[in-house]
Amino acid sequence: MAFLTDRKRVSGLGSARSGTGHHWTMTVTSIALLILTPFFLGIIGTGLGSEHGDVIALLSRPIPALVVAAYLIVGSHHLRLGMQIMIEDYTHGMTRKAAIILSTILCYGIALGGLVALIQIAL
Amino acid sequence: MADVNRGNRPLSPHLTIYRPQLNSITSIFIRITGNAMLVSAILVVWWMMAAASGPEYFDTIDGLITSVLGDLVMTLSVLGLWYHALGGVRHLIWDSGHGLDVKTSDRMGWGMIIGSVALTFLTLIAI
Repeated sequence: MAFLTDRKRVSGLGSARSGTGHHWTMTVTSIALLILTPFFLGIIGTGLGSEHGDVIALLSRPIPALVVAAYLIVGSHHLRLGMQIMIEDYTHGMTRKAAIILSTILCYGIALGGLVALIQIAL
Repeated sequence: MADVNRGNRPLSPHLTIYRPQLNSITSIFIRITGNAMLVSAILVVWWMMAAASGPEYFDTIDGLITSVLGDLVMTLSVLGLWYHALGGVRHLIWDSGHGLDVKTSDRMGWGMIIGSVALTFLTLIAI
């Protein structure tokens, strides 16, 4: 105990100097999502429960495809940062690292899955 | 010098000490709704990928997502999405330096709750 310096005890427990950037990214993405949300809900809401051909026709059109693609990209980024904050608040050590890595893969994986689907539908 | 009383210092009060209030509850639900959106995102993308892979698989997944349970999950997702969006708007207002007094905060808190339910009904009627 006596051999540990104060510098050693606090090392890694302070600011990572990325908080401002994190907050600003959340602000920017949240405004983008606010604009996109009504359109996204309109498109997905129309598609759910429709015939397969109608859904393909809907998601093949450029504007609905653009809205859905933008929503997935911006949304997954926003979701990833939000999940990171929750994980950092409630977990520590190895669990924290593993959870952040997993949630990052999951968030971008979902977005990419949707984008691949959009491309396949458009082709 | 710095080792005096280490690890035995008073902690700031936390959830177990404070009485629940509108601001704390609405804040907790912003976190819950935001993170729960992961499930909604997985379902919607699954449905999109099903549409991409063909009519037969699409019918299975579309049937699943529009079943009673699916409708319930998607309706709750819309409610959570609007709640989270309105909560975000409140944060944007706060970040701009406005509405930080208790009275306005409480008013916006009720606005979020009532507004999200109203917008959910509007969404369900519109689509």
